[in-house]
Amino acid sequence: MALTAFFFYLFSFVTIASGVMVITARNPVHAVLWLILAFFNAAGLFVLLGAEFLAMILVVVYVGAVAVLFLFVVMMLDVDFAELRAGFVKNAPLGAFVGALLLIELVLVVGLRFAGGVVQSTGPALAPAAGSAMTNTEAIGAVLYKSPFVFYLELAGLILLVAMIGAIVLTLRHKEGVKRQSISAQNARTPATAIEIAKVPSGGYTIPDKTKEQV
Amino acid sequence: MMQALANFWTEWSSAIIWLAWAVGASLLLLVALLIIVAFLILFDRKVWAAVHMRRGPNVVGPFGLLQSFADLLKFVFKEPIIPAGANKGVFLLAPLVTSVLALAAWAVIPVSEGSFFGLTQGKWVISDLNVGVLYILAISSLGVYGIIMGGWASNSKYPFLSSLRSAAQMVSYEVSIGFVIVTVLLVVGSLNLTTIVNAQMTGPGTWAGLPASALDWHWLALFPMFVIFFISALAETNRPPFDLVEAESELVAGFMVEYASTPYLLFMLGEYVAIVTMCALTTILFLGGWLPPLAIAPFTWVPGIVWFLLKVGFVFFMFAMVKAMVPRYRYDQLMRLGWKVFLPISLAMVVIVAGVVQYGGLGIR
Repeated sequence: MALTAFFFYLFSFVTIASGVMVITARNPVHAVLWLILAFFNAAGLFVLLGAEFLAMILVVVYVGAVAVLFLFVVMMLDVDFAELRAGFVKNAPLGAFVGALLLIELVLVVGLRFAGGVVQSTGPALAPAAGSAMTNTEAIGAVLYKSPFVFYLELAGLILLVAMIGAIVLTLRHKEGVKRQSISAQNARTPATAIEIAKVPSGGYTIPDKTKEQV
Repeated sequence: MMQALANFWTEWSSAIIWLAWAVGASLLLLVALLIIVAFLILFDRKVWAAVHMRRGPNVVGPFGLLQSFADLLKFVFKEPIIPAGANKGVFLLAPLVTSVLALAAWAVIPVSEGSFFGLTQGKWVISDLNVGVLYILAISSLGVYGIIMGGWASNSKYPFLSSLRSAAQMVSYEVSIGFVIVTVLLVVGSLNLTTIVNAQMTGPGTWAGLPASALDWHWLALFPMFVIFFISALAETNRPPFDLVEAESELVAGFMVEYASTPYLLFMLGEYVAIVTMCALTTILFLGGWLPPLAIAPFTWVPGIVWFLLKVGFVFFMFAMVKAMVPRYRYDQLMRLGWKVFLPISLAMVVIVAGVVQYGGLGIR
């Protein structure tokens, strides 16, 4: 247990410290890198809870995919620091308001969870009871697919699919006059369609007289 | 004083013993892995040379066996050069990220089964995770950071462009690798790598009444997936014919242009360890891990680790042959292959395999 406590404090400290660094780092790329560190340590906290599946999914999805896109975008942006800092004072009240709102909600959720159990816990999905043969992955699968949640899950998947197709449709532009490679057309080429064999009778071909043409 | 010490021991003894075990096992694995990688690099160059009808490295040591160690010394004794405009911290962090992540993946790879001189509980693996496959997927998806960070921190056009190229490539092929792994998981019904290997003891061969053999491994039952996984593994590790990152004839060395000495060595080490990891993963998922090719007398006497190493060596040989023989893909062809060919095929196979497992009564164990 002592080791668990040690790692809990280690992961929590690094998560919070890197969270602070995300908003204080001057270089946006550094901010994203700190964010990645925060994700990574949050995954460590999930492992300590016994929720190894969630931990791995957090790393695969957020660190492996979402943060890569973040990093791409941030690297390509031309960020003007002076302009950013000028807007700080103007936007500070709004930021403080949203932050306070989130804090209150968080306190309410956690408070209710421990005080009266108003918020239902999904129990086994997070960490199966000690001694249970069910692994974490199976528990999450059972909650997602063997309960009424399956319809919400499918619905969420459908909405994401529609959003993805929408984004593609909005940004897809077919430029006119651009040469494109058609793999099927290339593979369909045969000697019969690609080559023309000309019979050249011997002595029937005359070399053009270049001296006359160049004049 | 003695009492305090005793209290300390009762509270921390299990933690200390666990820590000592983990450190010892990790050290053993790392030393063995790095020595094997050193010889695999030589093997790679020898195979490449043989295809070109050259001799390959043959000067350092007998048959050039010590070439990799000579290269190591050469890299370490060179001066590390950090460009003036580079972002120093990230610049030095990038090779460390690449090599540490590549080595970290080996924490969950089981190399054999059975008692290891009475030290482990029948598993030759440092951490027998329930979600071993996901762990490897997570680690390999993190590998892209070393490349992006290296390319960006160099503060130069060519490394940056090639790191973007490479990141896009790795993210693309991760998708199809993920789907291929999903089909294997559907057939096995577990995310544990040891379970995946043991599930390959029965298969098409035993259903036909033959003794357990190489026919039972997943490469036969899931043959299209095996092919897609192999090619995606080449792309994921930036091996030829998908080595657009380095492409020495066009890009000098891609995102590594500004690196020299030990940081460069760490990049190369990370790359080769990632290749060996992919070979090991192919072995575990499709080639039956440490299982003998035919479960009868002379083959079963050979320890599992030998079979495992032989299979990893075989897959690595295939990697080397592809490098020697196949011309480099163009970037748009690479993207087309990943998104328009592998993704639909692997997605369709996930649906088909899931249907067969659910309604066909085959596969699920």
